[in-house]
Amino acid sequence: MKKLVIGLCALGLILPTLSFSADPVKIGMITTLSTKAGYLGEEIRDGFKLAMDQEGGKLGGVAVELLVEDDGGKPEKGKQIAERYAQKDGVKIMTGIVFSNVAMAVVPKIIKEDVLYLSANAGPSGLAGSGCDPNYFSVSYQNDNLDEVVGQYVTEVGHKNVYLLAPNYPAGKDHLAGFKRYYKGTISGEVYTKLDQADYAAEIATIRDAKPEAVFFFLPGGMGINFLKQYAQAGLNKTIPLYGPAFSFDERLLSAVGDAALGVKNGSQWTHDLDNQANKEFVAAYRKAYNRTPTLYASQGYDTARLIGSALKASGGKTDLAVLRAALKKADFASVRGNFSFGKNQHPIQDIYIREVVKTETGFTNKTVKKVFANHVDAYSKECKM
Amino acid sequence: MLLIIEQLLNGLQLGITLFLMSAGLTLVFGIMQIINLAHGSFYMIGAYVAATVAAYTGSFFLAMIAGVTAAAATGCIVEMLVLRHLYKREHLDQVLATFGLIMFFNELVRIVWGRQPLFMNVPDGLTASIELLPGLPYPTYRLAVIGIGFLVAVFLWLMFTKTRIGMQIRAGSTNREMVGALGVNINLLYTLVFGLGTLLAGLAGVMAGPILAVEPGMGESILILTFVVIVIGGIGSIRGAVAGALLVGMVDTLGRAFLPSILRTVLSTATADSVAASLSSMAIYILMAAILVWKPRGLFPAHG
Repeated sequence: MKKLVIGLCALGLILPTLSFSADPVKIGMITTLSTKAGYLGEEIRDGFKLAMDQEGGKLGGVAVELLVEDDGGKPEKGKQIAERYAQKDGVKIMTGIVFSNVAMAVVPKIIKEDVLYLSANAGPSGLAGSGCDPNYFSVSYQNDNLDEVVGQYVTEVGHKNVYLLAPNYPAGKDHLAGFKRYYKGTISGEVYTKLDQADYAAEIATIRDAKPEAVFFFLPGGMGINFLKQYAQAGLNKTIPLYGPAFSFDERLLSAVGDAALGVKNGSQWTHDLDNQANKEFVAAYRKAYNRTPTLYASQGYDTARLIGSALKASGGKTDLAVLRAALKKADFASVRGNFSFGKNQHPIQDIYIREVVKTETGFTNKTVKKVFANHVDAYSKECKM
Repeated sequence: MLLIIEQLLNGLQLGITLFLMSAGLTLVFGIMQIINLAHGSFYMIGAYVAATVAAYTGSFFLAMIAGVTAAAATGCIVEMLVLRHLYKREHLDQVLATFGLIMFFNELVRIVWGRQPLFMNVPDGLTASIELLPGLPYPTYRLAVIGIGFLVAVFLWLMFTKTRIGMQIRAGSTNREMVGALGVNINLLYTLVFGLGTLLAGLAGVMAGPILAVEPGMGESILILTFVVIVIGGIGSIRGAVAGALLVGMVDTLGRAFLPSILRTVLSTATADSVAASLSSMAIYILMAAILVWKPRGLFPAHG
């Protein structure tokens, strides 16, 4: 009897350590799953999960556990989730934030507490220039990139004057600044509308009256749906062409806009038709798993997961920060975007494209028109002291 | 000049949509003394049901009937299940309960329809623009919205002044106890009034469907404007809702349209643009503050 008790005690001592060594690496995803923007977080999460499912719950051969929490697009809530992940769950790798204002509230604090943050969407300038950090990687882009490419393209097309439209909040001004950085013509008007504005009739009538050669707009989410529909209903889509970054032209948004967005050119670092092996596999697997065409957000979630996989493989599943950082920096994975490497501020150096909204038998989507930037480096990289 | 006429039409159209929303809200508040923050949810339900029916049948007319019916039916059910228990409670309890309803309906919509915004097309025959004056094209659909809004306003006016039920509603808004004592079934009357209010919100939602994104939480963007309208117009008054809605629609639209060019005559372009952006988003609140200073109970207060 005594032996049995001792044996049991011994077993009790061994078992926890055994199960501990097989504990999966925890990855904390803070993302937006509710409110109007909820589909953005859903795309990032589903793209990320797809990469895990393809390996049977592992990334880079290492078992991982994905924790997902909804920040509702609110900075304070994002902060609470990050603290809970770090303190209660002991999470060392976080990702998933959709909005730049949430990222600016969460990221600078947690990367000081020895947590790695890999951005699958938001790429605010505040973390790309002097605010760059060894624990922060942007896998998506720097925010201005998708506007810069449109500025360059609109200049190449030869539009002499362009009318600009964005919501009146910091990101709206950043995106227009990105466009202006590469656009060489004149600006015939620059209008900032209310955030979450529903009706754009007044702005559209003013645009008709101003007669610009083109309109560049940054209106993410529902604002973009509203503007595109109303612009087409006013008949302006036939006379004054629209341009914008990809944020108003993802597949899920396009299905709510319908014909009104057809033919609009927009800037993106990824499209489902990019010709590389990793992308073909990703698009086919995503369609099979979720029965819809992936958006750029899903591609970013997927790339983030596979980048983490490459680092975990190199570290042998250990969450040693220095080893993980060095491995992440190599970006040793097959990105669905093709060319992909990290610059000195740990933001992507990648090709950026202009694409066009088209209608296919599976619905509305984009097709790649032109590679405008090859190995594009963001504008803030030189301010980064790292 | 043509631009001014076009912007006036735009203001009128926004005002009409706001009127449909605020007529229901002001009735519910004026007669039932209940603050219904969830009014925007019925707008959302109208739009979602209409968009779904339109996608399956291709008929805007059927979509409209379905959307309006769904909003009114949901309104009646909510009144009987939830609000009925709140009439004797404080306003704070009502605010809490109806705020909860907003979250409930947003989540319900997400569960039923998913996170993806829905598509709803402009009805056939109203897709084009018509030339009102030479050089002034205007989307036919927006003209139709203005027309329907006017019809609804006339209908409400007739109902309130010429019918028995209208008389009871007016009486109920002045003295509830007395109307009850005179043998009117107050419970039924309240359910009807709430149903009518949500029906109008549903109608506004259906008509917004082809112009706006049909998405979870779409009701909240318009709800704030609606509250501004009924505060300006005087709580509980249909006449006030008409006046307030048109004022807010005009001030908001004209502010956005003309403030930048007016300010550019005195300021540099960049400063003018940023000042105009801030000023035009404040315009309706400045209007509201000014009217409240002048008439603290709104333009046409319902109760003497």
